[in-house]
Amino acid sequence: MPAVALTVNGKPVTGDVDPRTLLVQFLRENLRLTGTHVGCDTSQCGACVVHVDGKAVKACTVFVWQIDGANITTIEGLADPNGPLHPMQEAFREHHGLQCGYCTPGMIMTAVDMVNRKGHDLDDPTIAISAAAPATITS
Amino acid sequence: MYAFTQHRPATVRQAASLLAKQEEAKLLAGGHTLIPTMKLRLAGPKHLVDLSKVEGLSGIEMKGRSLTIGAMTTHVEVQTSPVVRENIPALAELAGKIGDPAVRHRGTIGGSLANNDPNADYPAAALGLGATIITNKRRIPADEFFKGLFETALEPDEIVTKVQFPKVNKAAYVKFPNPASRYALVGVFVSKRSSEIRVVVTGAGANGVFRVTAFEEALKKRFGAKSLEGLTVPADGMASDIHGSAEYRAHLIGVLARRAVAAAG
Amino acid sequence: MNATGIGAAVRRKEDQRFVTGKGHYTDDVNRPGQCHAYFLRSPHAHARIKRIETKAAAAMPGVLAVLTGVELAADKIGNLICGWMITSKDGSQMKMAAHPAIAHGKANYVGDPVAVVVAETLAQAKDAAEKVNVDYELLPALADPAKAQSEGAPQIHEIAARNTIYQWHLGEAKAVEVAFNSAKHVTKLDFINNRLVPNAIEPRAAIGEYDSGSESLTLWNTTQNPHVARLVMSAFVGLAPEHKLRVIAPDVGGGFGSKIFIYPEEVVCLWAARKVGRPVKWVAERSEAFLTDAHGRDHVTHAEMAFDAEGKATALRVKTIANLGAYMSTFSSSVPTYLYGTLLSGQYEIPAIYCEVDAVYTNTVPVDAYRGAGRPEATFVVERLIEVGAREMGIDPADLRKKNFIKNFPHQTPVIMTYDAGDYHASLKKALEVADYGGFGKRKRESARHDKLRGIGFSTYIEACGIAPSQAVGSLGCGVGLWESAEVRVNPTGTVEVLTGCHQHGQGHETTFAQVVSERLGIPLENVSVLHGDTDKVQFGMGTYGSRSGAVGISAIVKALDKIEAKAKKVAAHMLEAAEGDIVFADGKFTVAGTDKSSAWGEVALNAYTAHKFAGQELEPGLKEGAFYDPTNFTFPAGCHICEVEVDPQTGESEIVAWTAVDDFGTVINPMIVEGQVHGGIAQGVGQALLEGAVYDKDGQLVTGSLMDYCMPRAHDLPALKVEMTRTPSPSNPLGIKGCGEAGAIAAPVAVINAITDAIGSEDLAMPATAQAVWQALQKAQDRRKAA
Repeated sequence: MPAVALTVNGKPVTGDVDPRTLLVQFLRENLRLTGTHVGCDTSQCGACVVHVDGKAVKACTVFVWQIDGANITTIEGLADPNGPLHPMQEAFREHHGLQCGYCTPGMIMTAVDMVNRKGHDLDDPTIAISAAAPATITS
Repeated sequence: MYAFTQHRPATVRQAASLLAKQEEAKLLAGGHTLIPTMKLRLAGPKHLVDLSKVEGLSGIEMKGRSLTIGAMTTHVEVQTSPVVRENIPALAELAGKIGDPAVRHRGTIGGSLANNDPNADYPAAALGLGATIITNKRRIPADEFFKGLFETALEPDEIVTKVQFPKVNKAAYVKFPNPASRYALVGVFVSKRSSEIRVVVTGAGANGVFRVTAFEEALKKRFGAKSLEGLTVPADGMASDIHGSAEYRAHLIGVLARRAVAAAG
Repeated sequence: MNATGIGAAVRRKEDQRFVTGKGHYTDDVNRPGQCHAYFLRSPHAHARIKRIETKAAAAMPGVLAVLTGVELAADKIGNLICGWMITSKDGSQMKMAAHPAIAHGKANYVGDPVAVVVAETLAQAKDAAEKVNVDYELLPALADPAKAQSEGAPQIHEIAARNTIYQWHLGEAKAVEVAFNSAKHVTKLDFINNRLVPNAIEPRAAIGEYDSGSESLTLWNTTQNPHVARLVMSAFVGLAPEHKLRVIAPDVGGGFGSKIFIYPEEVVCLWAARKVGRPVKWVAERSEAFLTDAHGRDHVTHAEMAFDAEGKATALRVKTIANLGAYMSTFSSSVPTYLYGTLLSGQYEIPAIYCEVDAVYTNTVPVDAYRGAGRPEATFVVERLIEVGAREMGIDPADLRKKNFIKNFPHQTPVIMTYDAGDYHASLKKALEVADYGGFGKRKRESARHDKLRGIGFSTYIEACGIAPSQAVGSLGCGVGLWESAEVRVNPTGTVEVLTGCHQHGQGHETTFAQVVSERLGIPLENVSVLHGDTDKVQFGMGTYGSRSGAVGISAIVKALDKIEAKAKKVAAHMLEAAEGDIVFADGKFTVAGTDKSSAWGEVALNAYTAHKFAGQELEPGLKEGAFYDPTNFTFPAGCHICEVEVDPQTGESEIVAWTAVDDFGTVINPMIVEGQVHGGIAQGVGQALLEGAVYDKDGQLVTGSLMDYCMPRAHDLPALKVEMTRTPSPSNPLGIKGCGEAGAIAAPVAVINAITDAIGSEDLAMPATAQAVWQALQKAQDRRKAA
């Protein structure tokens, strides 16, 4: 049982896990952060994307012990729960960028990562294509 | 997923000794092929030897006319590296076409080469640039490294530590992705280094990545897309599945090779 | 219109929880003491189950139970059923084979459950499942529907000779024959409407729980219609009496039809929960979803259209084989019949239509309704024939459509439907303008300059939504009524709860339904909440599918609001000491006509509950009303989509470079949400046309069993869509709503295929039109030209 210590949404967390535990399972089952969802089993759909040390990563394709010590941000930690939405959350809402909401957390985390990487270099086609790559259309 | 024991060695030597000692041990790099396979219970290694803590496996360095990339360097690091972009831009382009951003944040060059998926992109670059794969034991020229579907020259306890790419005059990679998986249905890498010309195909060969010598010969006369006009690759020996027949793949090789040569300028 | 009322592009109320990760889906539910189910599934398409040895598995760590079809039968758990009875042309009833929740005696498709392991953890259940030993006797498999009825084809169910479920027909064969005999031109086509895997990104899931104290069962389930699920599991499967079974459908992550149906897994979770005395959870993995979610479409069709010398369509003849898979899923029988044959008139005045449909069993996962359900298939038939007919006769495809459009309403088609309202010229005209049809020639030449083939394709589609009145669908064999229910509960403080029998899984009902209430009662949107998806909280309702929630569900709310207003006026009359007939209600205020005496909404609501101003004998206290609404007709959304493509002749790749959609959905509650529905529908339709196609090999193995091999559309597969609307309100419901959820998926596939075939100059192109398929079509056309 490897012991892991991570920072999740700014809070230190620890746990002894079965080596098979994927990051997404640790988040959903151990920490009850159920905003990160699982949509496929071939690392394609992007519903489970979270940030590991500031980079978008598919939480279904990383063992939690692999990233021991890392800083994780999930959809729940993107904005202060008592404050305003993160601008990307607000943009999704404002522009009707979601329907059933299931893959939305993954899409938002992916979109934030895209802005982090590209900043002002983003243009419309880049937004369309980059957003497309990780996440399929769900509704 | 089947149960396993994880190991996190700090040195290549420790990793190699774990590989040699433990039965049914597998190396874990980015994990983006291995972990999904394990999840579906299609692979069940008893031991996973994680390379992320091993020192000296990452990094990009240009020395003389040789670009060295550490095995654990991620696709996004290659894609965005100013050193790669300046010296072998085609390699950065290729890295940027692998999977999607989240995959590129984890996937590594060493993992991709050691896995030698017949539809992967990196084998095309390694063979297409005449790279040298450096392991804990030896230096393996790319021409001798790829041995068929998911098969390489690597011995059971051999670990890829670096890949060395010679700087070339011209190079380009054109990829026709499988629309579902985003792997290459066909990908063609071309390069020109003084008199040496390479045309390498991934995705299409029934036996993995390969060189198209007929195209290379034609390009030796004149390095231009026109030199390839009318030339085709026989469908014999091509892979065939629901995504592309052998004929279609053979046809695409011609089209993509011409486009790659044009892009290489 | 008030700022949050009907017609306002209000931002969605539900988004706050979805963008912050606070949505609550079935897999997010965890019950105390819960254990996990894993289904062992047949790896063979067709095999006799000779023996199942479960002892070794039962002895594995953490295992609570290993159950098979034998125990299921012993516990008298009933079969799953198909709820729409279809009668064959010879008068016989459809041949519904037994569909046990766990295969018993024989497995009939790859994925058919043969045993379930219940264990403390999922990993333990999976480990134990590997120790279950099933002795199979392999039988020849049948995967191709076109071969199902051949002599010597493997017989799947004893009840269905030659695997034929029914041979249905509609229309007048004689009249059609006469018209064909005198036709000036006949256009003939053979095609396959490709089989699709729904792939809602939330996989199906279920948690069953048994409370021995109240002897009742609770099911959390990814369902689009919790009450229908409860009814079937109670009345037919026999898990518990209806009042002892609670079905909760929390947030559901997309449905597209695939979550209408009652599946084996939820039945087994409930049954197993009672057996092991613990809550039992099951969540599908994606690869499991590929093998077990009901697939869509899968028609093999021959169709012919007869035209006179002027290009007027005189008759249509269609023969279809519909693949229903290994068992008849919940509504599967209706999809290739009453949701298909009845739409074959399209937007056209076609005097005679005859349609024959043979439904067959194959060793594949059951096929049922998928976004559009029958209507995309019908639209594909009609719109391909019109387009190809136009090309063959040398008439502009827009002109041929105009020539044949229905102009007068109501219009009785030869295939049951009476179209009540529409203006097909208006939507075509607007679409031609938006798409700059006149400039197409120039754009085509421009494309040619950079070695691309440009094509344009139309789809002037029609659909029938609402799927009611109940009396009518009952006469056609439907086992349930297709009305909808609503209850409007006004609280003493004037805030309102709407309980709807519909269920939202992406449609935004919490916003649109609240908009209707906000406008009617003149109260802020945030003072209205919409409750749905729990049979303990909400009155019986029919759920959400067939683009029905606006036309039928909102109509029920409107009817309940009528009653609320009437009652509130009575309360206000007492408060204002005026005659009830003198009370006027507007802008959230009750006024005595011709005076300045008034009471605000909130005051009246409070008075309804304090009951201080009236005697209980003359007026009941409280303000809560329910209504059931049964429409007078289907609704008929229609419109025109125009797709423009560029094909790279060297690779065969098609790029959609422009898309125009002009839809007539009647009254629109929230244009932003409607546009979103159109976008999603088009994306799915483009998926069917270009990318998606389930492939079974001859042994019945699903070759496209994961997202690695089955391609879903991504954002870069679509251009920026131009979406416009025309409006002819539906006369069949109080607000004039027609429905918008399926339109895109219905309209899009044929628009794409019409565009690509236009570009490549060959009609011989199957869906999905992958790069390879287009390249092959180009090669064939080239070979034909060489031979000629």
